[in-house]
Amino acid sequence: MSRIAEAFDHGKAFVGFVTGGDPSLEKTREFVLAMAEAGCDLIEIGVPFSDPIAEGPVIQEANLRALAAGTTVDALFGLVADLRGVDSLEAPLVFLTYLNPVYHYGYEAFFTRAAQVGLDGIIIPDLPFEEQGELKPVARAHGVDVISLIAPTSDERARAIAEDADGFVYLVSSMGVTGVRAEIKTDLAAIAARIKAATTVPVAVGFGIHSPEQAAEIAKTCDGVIVGSAIVKIVAEHSAAAAPHIAAYVREMKDAIRF
Amino acid sequence: MSKGRFGQFGGQYIPETLMNEIHRLEAAYEEARQDEDFQTELATLLREYAGRPSLLYFAKKMTEDLGGARVYLKREDLNHTGSHKINNVLGQALLAKRMGKTRVIAETGAGQHGVAAATAAALLGMECEIFMGKEDTERQALNVYRMELLGAKVNAVTTGTMTLKDAVNEAMREWTTRVDDTHYLLGSVMGPHPFPMIVRDFQAVISREARAQILEAEGRLPAAVLACVGGGSNAIGMFYHFIEDEGVRLIGCEAAGEGADTPRNAATVANGSLGVFHGMKSYFCQDEQGQIAPVYSISAGLDYPGIGPEHAHLHASGRAEYVPVTDEEAVQGFEYLSVTEGIISAIESAHAVAYARRLVPTLPPEENVIICLSGRGDKDVAAIARYRGREVSE
Repeated sequence: MSRIAEAFDHGKAFVGFVTGGDPSLEKTREFVLAMAEAGCDLIEIGVPFSDPIAEGPVIQEANLRALAAGTTVDALFGLVADLRGVDSLEAPLVFLTYLNPVYHYGYEAFFTRAAQVGLDGIIIPDLPFEEQGELKPVARAHGVDVISLIAPTSDERARAIAEDADGFVYLVSSMGVTGVRAEIKTDLAAIAARIKAATTVPVAVGFGIHSPEQAAEIAKTCDGVIVGSAIVKIVAEHSAAAAPHIAAYVREMKDAIRF
Repeated sequence: MSKGRFGQFGGQYIPETLMNEIHRLEAAYEEARQDEDFQTELATLLREYAGRPSLLYFAKKMTEDLGGARVYLKREDLNHTGSHKINNVLGQALLAKRMGKTRVIAETGAGQHGVAAATAAALLGMECEIFMGKEDTERQALNVYRMELLGAKVNAVTTGTMTLKDAVNEAMREWTTRVDDTHYLLGSVMGPHPFPMIVRDFQAVISREARAQILEAEGRLPAAVLACVGGGSNAIGMFYHFIEDEGVRLIGCEAAGEGADTPRNAATVANGSLGVFHGMKSYFCQDEQGQIAPVYSISAGLDYPGIGPEHAHLHASGRAEYVPVTDEEAVQGFEYLSVTEGIISAIESAHAVAYARRLVPTLPPEENVIICLSGRGDKDVAAIARYRGREVSE
């Protein structure tokens, strides 16, 4: 069983996101370990991009902070290698980034390195299903899962995307960019059911989730919840001292989805 | 490989949330393109409202002064709203309306596309919201007010470099929030398919007219056609119907800012490399990490780090040439056309005028060239005065 499949194998999974290199690589390492320790089942590390068009202001600003700190793709590969050397860390690590940094690195070189360091998967919000053909075979050859997104607007596309899904399906909770939402009105159960009919890989819901109540409600419809902006906001507020605050938040959220 | 490619360039690299909407747009456009009523309605608006066909003007004094080929100006600056942008917005707004949309959003750099979009929205009774980099709202304050007069809401974008690229980011983000009633009225031949095709088709009217007009006036095709290039909409419009005419040189003039070899420029073909951004695979100004680079030009409309995919293909295939033109050359071109022909052109278009001043003297007098004068220069007067060290209040 892959590390990602494992992560969804004991109840509802909690997936947490931090932007790599915000405020520094050392701190990202500390945050990732604190998240895992507090119950994060899978951790997304954002590879910063200058123009993250699927992100709301909180993660946009984190991207800019990380870039200003000089964060590079290679440095984040180094961080993953380092984290995979920590015995206590079982959670899979996936990158979230935009296509251009990957394209620029070169697909073969990127996924060779990804496999070397033990990266489990990658999420690329500006690489929709129809464009995955140039990259997915390379990633698959190196055993790295390309995580596909399905949106409330996907309709009949959801089946084709799900049928070809690796790792898990990232179900986008609602319209718009990442960031905290007061409420999520999408009929997630219906979309999740459609996805489930087409694939055996787990379904995790993200975008806008921040409170334990929301997480508990949404977890009923799927296999896991993804939280990004709410964690990045804690980093923005507490910077280098954020680890205990992140850990407390993750613990609260994970507890909310233990049924 | 997906649809909508020009060679290897183009594609649809956008968030999943927008994919179905993009497909709907593609289908709606295909249908509209073959619908006589739609084409008649658009042709009528272009004629009665935008003032087409635009003139092909023989620039006699410029021709005499430069002492080479005969110079013609394709006067897109005389269109309603003062630029070529009206060609595209009328087409897209009609299309949006046909799709049942009640609201359009658009990005703008210099404000020419924003003004045109706001105009089309007013005309067709649609709600309109414009995204404009904060730096550009300051450079082009008059156009901001103009858009507001036309009933549009202008959002000053404060993220990133606060220019055109960031305005596109914000417009795309806004579109993912609201696609049901909203069409993204993209202003250039960029973004995901089908935008580069749709915008090109609506702008191709420029070369359709110009080709017939020059044959009428000169009895021969031009040696070269020139246009400024940011994303590249007036350039593709000027090039399109000449692409098959192999003897006609297609010359795109890029904004080289303080110099193509300085850090402050926006010369994408000269300095960019292959990448994927804003929905398309094309050339982009980027750093060694694949981060999109901040670019600079005196012209807000050319201040963009990428180029449309069809231009990337025309460059890669060698069919078109792309040349860098600096701020200083463009300002000189702006001043030159003003005193020589009595035409104050947009600073964007002045990039093409500037390159023509270098090219025309090298061509024999029996040849002719056409410069696309994409817009009028009223919006730039204060900025040029400032560039020359004069403070004038707008």
